Amino acid sequence: MTFILIFISAVFVNNIVLSQFLGICPFLGVSKKIETALGMSGAVAFVMTIATIITYIVQKAILEPFDITFLQTITFILIIAALVQMVEIVIKKISPALYQALGVFLPLITTNCAILGVAILVTQKDMNLLESVIYAISTAIGFGLALILFAGIREQLSMTKLPKGMEGTAIALVTAGLLAMAFMGFTGIVK
Amino acid sequence: MSRKSNLKIFLNGIIKENPIFVLVLGICPTLATTSSAINGMSMGLATTFVLLGSNVVVSLLKNLIPDKVRIPAFVVVIATFVTVVEMVMEAYVPALFESLGIFIPLIVVNCIVLGRAEAFASKNNLGKSALDGLGMGLGFTFALTLLGIIREFLGTGKAFGITLFNEEYGMLLFVLAPGAFIALGYLIAVMNKLQRK
Repeated sequence: MTFILIFISAVFVNNIVLSQFLGICPFLGVSKKIETALGMSGAVAFVMTIATIITYIVQKAILEPFDITFLQTITFILIIAALVQMVEIVIKKISPALYQALGVFLPLITTNCAILGVAILVTQKDMNLLESVIYAISTAIGFGLALILFAGIREQLSMTKLPKGMEGTAIALVTAGLLAMAFMGFTGIVK
Repeated sequence: MSRKSNLKIFLNGIIKENPIFVLVLGICPTLATTSSAINGMSMGLATTFVLLGSNVVVSLLKNLIPDKVRIPAFVVVIATFVTVVEMVMEAYVPALFESLGIFIPLIVVNCIVLGRAEAFASKNNLGKSALDGLGMGLGFTFALTLLGIIREFLGTGKAFGITLFNEEYGMLLFVLAPGAFIALGYLIAVMNKLQRK
């Protein structure tokens, strides 16, 4: 039951992009087409899950026993940066098709604050390993959902005529605001 | 190096290439921490410190860092300064540290910091890099404070905690998540309009 609650909470109620403001750079950057949005969501889901598992283990096995949790930020970002590189090399060797699909998005993920954000949130919320993994996957699904919905809207939006100042980022942000308002409707389902 | 071109570098970050209004980098902390003017300003100042520090160190080390590993090296430099900010804020302003929460460690992945290290500090001398870091940081702070004032005013009728009109008439939406997106969207539209003239 807790797992279902974590899932619903992370996907709808506390959506990572629309209510926690993490990962907005890729959200605005790669949401012009549904295809690229799909690729980005896949890459994020993949890296987020692995990164959360590894940072969790490092936090519990190294940082906490030696009482050096103040090094958390610097350790986590290095792990994520190294992990992204490694994932890129491994995918390239094992599955060139998958590399074709995700390749361009992988380097961008290092600076996606959602990855580091989830890794830190998990340690702050004091979850166990299984809960953390569920939380990471659900968060990634929530990110994908928001990104793909938004890409769909933006594809339509690109055909409309807008006042000069509103073009580009400005209208994208206002649209995201309306989407966030829609997601606010889920508030209260899970405490 | 004339004084005029130094001034130009400094003002570049505040007006012409404002990180938020023009470059649109580092939007996550901008939206998340501007629910009140004071939070926005503190976040801006913390980022300014990191930007200034990382720009100075990167500019000093630019000839020592091999080209291939420059990005990880920059990230380590930035993460060091972020850790300093984290520890200082936790010690001296714990309440503020609590309300900014996860967004203090997340300065590490703020695109604007790495962006300036890569695009400016790794190619320019110490003085220019410091000025660029300071200018960009203050431009960021300016944008965050402005957005914070607008959201706090529309949402609760206050500015920096001083009541300007009765809170009952405030639009709560502007303090919540959707208001952040909408307020920044319109603010960027206004800035676009002003820049065009």
